[in-house]
Amino acid sequence: MVKAFKRHSDTILMLVFIAAVLAGPVILEPVGAGYPDLLQKFAIYGIFALGFNILLGLTGYLSFGHAAFLGVGSYTTVWTFKLLSMNPLPALVFSILAAGLFSLLIGWISLRRTGIYFSILTLAFAQMCYNLAYSVLTPITNGETGLQLSQSDPRVLDTAFGRDYGAVLPASDLFGIEMTGYPGFYFCGVLLIICFYIALRIFRSPFGLMLLGVKSNQNRMNYTGLNTRPYALAAFVISGMYAGLAGGLLAVTDPLAGAERMQWTASGEVVLMTILGGAGTLLGPVIGAGVIKYAENIFSAFNEGTLQSAFSFLPEPLQHIAVSITGLFVGEGWHLTLGMLFMVIVIFLPGGLMEGVNRIINLFRRSSGGGGEGTAETAPQPAE
Amino acid sequence: MGILSVKDVNKNFGGLRALSHVNLDVEEGTVHAIIGPNGAGKSTLLNCFVGRLEPDSGSVTFADRSLLGIRPYQINQIGIARVFQTPEIFADLTLIDNVMIPAFAKRDGDFKVNMWRSVANERGVHDKAMAMLEDVGLDMKADQIAGQLSRGDKRRLELAMCLVQEPKLLLLDEPTAGMARADTNNTIDLLKQISRRGITMVVIEHDMHVVFSLADKISVLAQGTVIVEDVPEKIKGNPKVQEAYLGGAHL
Repeated sequence: MVKAFKRHSDTILMLVFIAAVLAGPVILEPVGAGYPDLLQKFAIYGIFALGFNILLGLTGYLSFGHAAFLGVGSYTTVWTFKLLSMNPLPALVFSILAAGLFSLLIGWISLRRTGIYFSILTLAFAQMCYNLAYSVLTPITNGETGLQLSQSDPRVLDTAFGRDYGAVLPASDLFGIEMTGYPGFYFCGVLLIICFYIALRIFRSPFGLMLLGVKSNQNRMNYTGLNTRPYALAAFVISGMYAGLAGGLLAVTDPLAGAERMQWTASGEVVLMTILGGAGTLLGPVIGAGVIKYAENIFSAFNEGTLQSAFSFLPEPLQHIAVSITGLFVGEGWHLTLGMLFMVIVIFLPGGLMEGVNRIINLFRRSSGGGGEGTAETAPQPAE
Repeated sequence: MGILSVKDVNKNFGGLRALSHVNLDVEEGTVHAIIGPNGAGKSTLLNCFVGRLEPDSGSVTFADRSLLGIRPYQINQIGIARVFQTPEIFADLTLIDNVMIPAFAKRDGDFKVNMWRSVANERGVHDKAMAMLEDVGLDMKADQIAGQLSRGDKRRLELAMCLVQEPKLLLLDEPTAGMARADTNNTIDLLKQISRRGITMVVIEHDMHVVFSLADKISVLAQGTVIVEDVPEKIKGNPKVQEAYLGGAHL
């Protein structure tokens, strides 16, 4: 029975994941994150980090330029909206293809180097894309203002099917269901589930094992008859396509694409998400993305007023000091909190949050003693 | 002509002559040892077989196919496996994964995106890898992380990784370096078994005990040239060898 349980542990993991995503609004309600705008962000950045982890977690290549693919995805989606149709499906297909082609080019060049040189190359490419989007490519990207929809867009397919949005700016809709609010979240959520399933299959496949080999010992790979470059490139392109999908979804839920989406801070953010959650684990990056987006939402919303009321139990001079100190870590300064959180995790839990979860599970197993051995053995392993 | 044939190979590093007019003929199914003092060019020669170094002139052919100008992974795909002086293994993967990777490389070629298959369903490859681990006596540790093994075990694992590919030629760079005597003897036994399967082997070795228990033929390399090539019995007494190898002392 134990064996049977083990064999099905992936199925169980998948079912738990599906249930958690679909019940997201209910589960996250108590922590104040049960509203659709934030849930959409969890799902979208979850996809981004999931894809990034296929590169970082499996092959060990640390890219600092994945925001470029996010941006390409967003621009492609807005352009598809403008030219073809407000339906998200063709827009997302084009976003994935565009980001895939783009990552093929950047990856092909950057993967000539490994380690820090690879990271620097990807960073340089992403910054180039960002600057191009800001300046030279203004006809395509609309520069500083960002690419927006307008009433006069052709929308060839929509017109052909007699779809008229009247005098208002159109919103994206999937055959009549508007991609905002809960429908928007569930659309992103279903895509997150599909992406998670694909990542799971890659992790368990011979291809995934080869990627782990690339991370572990490239020299041995070469002398084992394996050509490492195409393996790394394939992982790079797959993660680029995930980023393109995430970028497309950002534009689906809010039809606007700006160059700042490609900035290096956005590339850094997905690195943080993946490492915070646990690089190389399946669930980690999704959790990391959720934690960071949640923290951003909470801490950036704090202002002096809320702090003052929080410390109102203190005598006035102390209250003043407490507010001015904590004030540094919230609002505009929430990145300071993020940085501290990141340092704490990397120092005490180098394997990310998933390592923490595993330690707790192991502690629980040990304290449950010999009688519980059988059941402990069969517990689904979230780290895998 | 042998399965591996080296003809008039020269290699210079800057002004240093590392290999000079080296000729070598390895008969199929034999164990051919290359010995020589430090700096004689043994490792340089081995690196010319596997695509790591390109000779300045001369030819290296394996089963009538030139090994020059092709990459290490291509050389492996035509049937040459290599064991390193310091074991090159996948230190953070399990032993079974370590052996399954070369087994997949043998089956699927140098690159294949089979991301819809599951490793767990690859019974054939798994069983083959497991049998190989059993052959080298590591089957009980199949689920351990390879980096935690002792040096001797790492070497056995690396051998298993090479053998699972059923190579035609196995190159061994000091397979017993840094081993305790008991481990060395185990390794000799293991290599004898491998040789009995008909796998051709080229061994670079310092340890004379190992060389004389294994080799069918020995080439002595000194200052970049082969000074003697003969059967072990005749090498021992050869004055040229004693001169080059031991500076005139008796074996």
